[in-house]
Amino acid sequence: MLKLKNVDIFYGKIHAVKRLSLHVNRGDIVALIGANGAGKTTLLRAISGLLKCDTGSIFFDGTDIAKQTSDKIVTLGVSHVPERGLVFKPLSVEDNLVLGSYPRYSLKNRSLIKVDIQQIYTMFPVLKDRRKQLAGTLSGGEQQMLAIGRALMAKPKLLLLDEPSMGLAPLIVKEILRLIVELRDKYGLTVLLVEQNARSALKIANTGYVLETGRIMLEGPAEDLLMNRDVQRAYLGRDLDAGFQ
Amino acid sequence: MLTVFLQFLFSGLTVGSVYALVGMGFNIIYNATSIINLAQGEFVVVGGLMMWFFSDSLHLPFIVSICLTILSAGLVGLLMERLTIRPLKSHDLLLMIMVTISVSIVLRGILAFKFGKDPYDYPAFSEGDPLNIGGAIIQQQTLWVIGITGLCIILLYLFYNKTIIGKAMRACAVDTTAAQLVGINVSRMVMISFVLSAMVGAIGGIAITPISLMEYDNGPMLAVKGFCAAIMGGLGRGRGAVIGGFSIGILESMTAGYLHSGLKDAVALVILLLVLFLKPAGILGSSAAARLRKF
Repeated sequence: MLKLKNVDIFYGKIHAVKRLSLHVNRGDIVALIGANGAGKTTLLRAISGLLKCDTGSIFFDGTDIAKQTSDKIVTLGVSHVPERGLVFKPLSVEDNLVLGSYPRYSLKNRSLIKVDIQQIYTMFPVLKDRRKQLAGTLSGGEQQMLAIGRALMAKPKLLLLDEPSMGLAPLIVKEILRLIVELRDKYGLTVLLVEQNARSALKIANTGYVLETGRIMLEGPAEDLLMNRDVQRAYLGRDLDAGFQ
Repeated sequence: MLTVFLQFLFSGLTVGSVYALVGMGFNIIYNATSIINLAQGEFVVVGGLMMWFFSDSLHLPFIVSICLTILSAGLVGLLMERLTIRPLKSHDLLLMIMVTISVSIVLRGILAFKFGKDPYDYPAFSEGDPLNIGGAIIQQQTLWVIGITGLCIILLYLFYNKTIIGKAMRACAVDTTAAQLVGINVSRMVMISFVLSAMVGAIGGIAITPISLMEYDNGPMLAVKGFCAAIMGGLGRGRGAVIGGFSIGILESMTAGYLHSGLKDAVALVILLLVLFLKPAGILGSSAAARLRKF
C-alpha cells in the first residue's frame, strides 16, 4: 500500500533520513521505533507532504506522492496525526471534527458528515460530552483522541500516527493502543505507528522497523523484534545480564 | 453642551467605522499569513474611487456600481497576492511587509495616473434632510456608514464561525501545519484572505466617500489609523479592531472639536504608543499570544 524507495531527506546540512526504503502492507499496523532524533517524525512529515524528500520516491496505492502537496495527499487517503495531536485549540471539538472532513465537505454531503461525526462520538464518548467545548480545554488524552477522530473524518485508508502516547498516563495509553487495534480489525485501516514506547508499539504491530540516525537498522515481524536481543537492550530497557542469572 | 458632544460623537463614529474596517482588513491578512499588509489603506481608496468611476463616470445603477466596485477591489487583492506574495513566498516577514509597502506605492501611482490629484465624491446613498438627534445634525450618510460597518462585522463573524471556509481560515491562523494535515490548501486560504480584506476595505471606501471625499493618496493615513485600531484591540482579534477603530475615531473627533483640529492625526499615534507601552498585547489580546507573535 505504501512503499518508500531510497528516500533521502536533508534538513539544511543535516542528513536526517538516509537512503531509506520501507513498505506497509494493507491492513497492517507497522511500528516505526527508534530513539529521539532518529528521523521518525521527519519520515512521517515527508509521507504526508509537509516536507519534500530530496531523492527517492514514495508510492501510495501505486501513485508517486513524493512531489504532491499535503492537501492532495489527504484526498488520496493518507491522514497524519502529528505529535501532540495539534488540535485547533480555539475551535470547538465539533468544529475540529468538521474541519477533519474539509477535503470532502460540500453542502450536498453535509448530512453524511453529520453521521460520520456521530460515529466518531460513539468511538470516543468523551468527545460527545464535550462537543461544544473549546478543544484547548480538553485534557492531553482527550486532545489526542480528538486528533485521531479529526484524522478519521477524512476517511483515510492509511493513518500515520506520530507518538500517540506521548505525555499521557499509562491507562490512557492503553486505551489509545486498544483503539488503534480496533481501527485495524474493525475498520480495516492500515496504520503506520511511530513510537518511542517501543514495547507497546511492537506488541500491537504486525511488522516493525528500527530506525537509527536516519537508517533502518532492523526490520521484521513485530514478535521477532520483541525477542531480538539488540532491540531489547537498546529500546526495551531490558538488562541482558540479568536475564542470564 | 450635549448637542455639541453628540455632534462630535457621531462624526467620530463615522470615521471610526472606516478605521474599524481597515483594522479588520489588517486582521484578516495577519491571521492567515502573519503579514501586516500596509497596502490596506489603498483598498479603501480603490473602493471610493472605483465607486465614483462606475456610478458617476459610467452612470451605472447604484447597486451594480457597488457590486462592481467590490469585485474590482477583490481583483486588486487577488492580483496583489498572485503577483507579489505568492511568487516570493519568503519566510522573512519583514521582507513581505516591505513588499506590501511597495504594492501600496504602485497602487497609489496607478490611482494618481487614472484619477489625478482631485478629490472625488458622489451623492449620498439616500436623499433627504439631515436628522436631528438631541439637537445634533446628523447626515443620513453617517447612519449608512455606521450601518454598513455593523453589517460587515456581522457578516464576517458569520463567515468565520459558520462556514467551512471561514473555519478553515481560522484553522490556518491557529496552526498552519495542522491545517495542512487535515487537507486545507493553505495558499488558497492566503489568497482568499487578500481578496476578503480588499473587499472589506473597499466597502469602507464606498460608504465614506460621500462624506469625506476621496483622494488618490488617502491610503497611507487610513492604513496608519487602521493599524493603530488593530494594535489597540490586539492584533488578530476581530472584535478588537472594531473597539479600537471606534475608540480612535471618537477620540480623534473629540480632540479636533474640543482641543484643536491640528492635533487630530496625532491622537491615533499617541494611542498606539500608549498601548505599546502599557499593554502591548492590546485590549483583548492575551500577553501569552503576544509573546508568540512574530511581529
